[in-house]
Amino acid sequence: MSSLSRDDVANLARLARIEMSEEELISLSNEFTVILDAVARVQEVAAADVEPTSHPLPLRNVFRPDVVVPSLTTKEALSGAPAQEESRFRVPQILGEE
Amino acid sequence: MIRSNASEMAAKLVAGETTSVALTAAHLDRIRAVDVDVHAFLHVDSEGALAQAAAVDAKRAKGEKLSPLAGVPLALKDVLTQKGIPTTCGSKILAGWRPPYDSSVVANLKRNDIVILGKTNMDEFAMGSSTENSAFGPTHNPWDLTRIPGGSGGGSSAALAAFQAPLAIGTDTGGSIRQPAAVTGTVGVKPTYGGVSRFGLVAFSSSLDQAGPCARTVLDAALLHEAIAGYDPKDSTSINAPVPAVVAAAKSGNVKGMKIGVVKELNGDGYQSGVRTRFEESLELLAGAGAEIVQVSAPNFEYALAAYYLIAPSECSSNLARFDAMRYGLRVGDIDGASAESVMNLTREAGFGREVKRRIILGTYALSSGYYDAYYGSAQKVRTLITQDFNKAFARCDVMVSPTCPTTAFKIGEKSNDPIAMYLNDIATIPVNMAGIGGMSLPAGLAPEDGLPVGFQIMAPAMQDQRMYLVGAALEAALLSKWGAPLLSQAPALAGS
Repeated sequence: MSSLSRDDVANLARLARIEMSEEELISLSNEFTVILDAVARVQEVAAADVEPTSHPLPLRNVFRPDVVVPSLTTKEALSGAPAQEESRFRVPQILGEE
Repeated sequence: MIRSNASEMAAKLVAGETTSVALTAAHLDRIRAVDVDVHAFLHVDSEGALAQAAAVDAKRAKGEKLSPLAGVPLALKDVLTQKGIPTTCGSKILAGWRPPYDSSVVANLKRNDIVILGKTNMDEFAMGSSTENSAFGPTHNPWDLTRIPGGSGGGSSAALAAFQAPLAIGTDTGGSIRQPAAVTGTVGVKPTYGGVSRFGLVAFSSSLDQAGPCARTVLDAALLHEAIAGYDPKDSTSINAPVPAVVAAAKSGNVKGMKIGVVKELNGDGYQSGVRTRFEESLELLAGAGAEIVQVSAPNFEYALAAYYLIAPSECSSNLARFDAMRYGLRVGDIDGASAESVMNLTREAGFGREVKRRIILGTYALSSGYYDAYYGSAQKVRTLITQDFNKAFARCDVMVSPTCPTTAFKIGEKSNDPIAMYLNDIATIPVNMAGIGGMSLPAGLAPEDGLPVGFQIMAPAMQDQRMYLVGAALEAALLSKWGAPLLSQAPALAGS
């Protein structure tokens, strides 16, 4: 039986960049015991000699001609920005103080 | 007028018996009257729809050659971008966002002069089977307002069943077009993967997502299918081949000599008795229309659900990383000195609902080192086995059939605290997405025990979508002559009708 502890969920939430309350961490960890049991069934038939399928179409690299076509204007591209400055996206501090 | 089919409306427009403005206004009136109860729409674009309708009428007056559905109104699932129109995907994280571009589906609709009435409700980022996961409140099934309209595309299916629109667009990752169609007594088609462009479709699970037509008749769905399908260089997974002749197939409905494979594993235990009754009756009608009914087996389908709930969350955990509060959408906690990482954490906490978080965490786990082979890797192998099952079965039949869902519409709130029970709704629809083939659901009648609609599912090999329309049209015609009137004429009247 697989399970995820409260700390496992906290670590996954950190990796997924989602802040979570204590209540959420605990209830998700409880739910995952049931969910992981259900999805672990795939291991019953996933034999070593079965090739994995990542995609329904047998595609390799898909290219288009390298031609200039009309694209969004700066104004359009910034139209949904939570904050902007001098025709650029203004974002919170990415590097540390030092 | 609003109770006609899209093709009847189109014929009246051609004959000059009505105008697109009158037709559009009638549907906007209907939305105003009944959407208080149904809540199919998240945004109604009255002004834009009437302007588009007036432009079509002007073209028609000038004698321009127009497409078959020109001037007919449509409801658009809120997961497809439409320039300047709010697109939320049912999520708070996109509330208020107005995309600066049209999805290719919308571009095709506009090119065909199909009038877009507004955006329909859905489970947040298409994750759900009931539309209860919408951040903006659930949609109600017009057959019984206390029940779910299916999901994730419950807004689109409810809009059709409530005569708020004769056409709608849905998207189907694990059944989100077909299951809502089944529980509302409407028609929904998931085309072959790659048949309709995904450009501008906000991605949930990229290897499974597919947009498709929703309507009240098989022919209407076919007309809409041909309007939106086709190769698109903006989508690298778009198939560069002619669109299957689905309209001709829907008009023919000739199934003489066709072999219809009944999937042994998608029936029996766990399927409501009335669902089985209607399914068996449909098989008899198809046999009566000249088709040969054969039994086929797909032993690995029982693992499809488990594989789906690894593959879809894995892909979604990656796709939804784009909601990072930097370029569009919600931003929370951007106070002086706050780091980008803390803004991301707080924004995603506030912006995503419970089911979305659950799936992102599950996907993050399934893809993490040490667990990848056991979960995501194994799920990909199951995907191969399911495709092999389909290939073997299709060697013995032209289409495969099953009930679309194990049950009729359940009550709002009944399964919202039990994710596994909720996931079981999709047990019969998921295999199609795993293999990337086509699937259709059409109404098979009402379950005797509860009087609610039952769906009949038809599955066809990749790029053989026309076969679903042949069988669908044959069954629809046989059922119509048995019923004497469309199934939806038995739906209860809503306050506004």
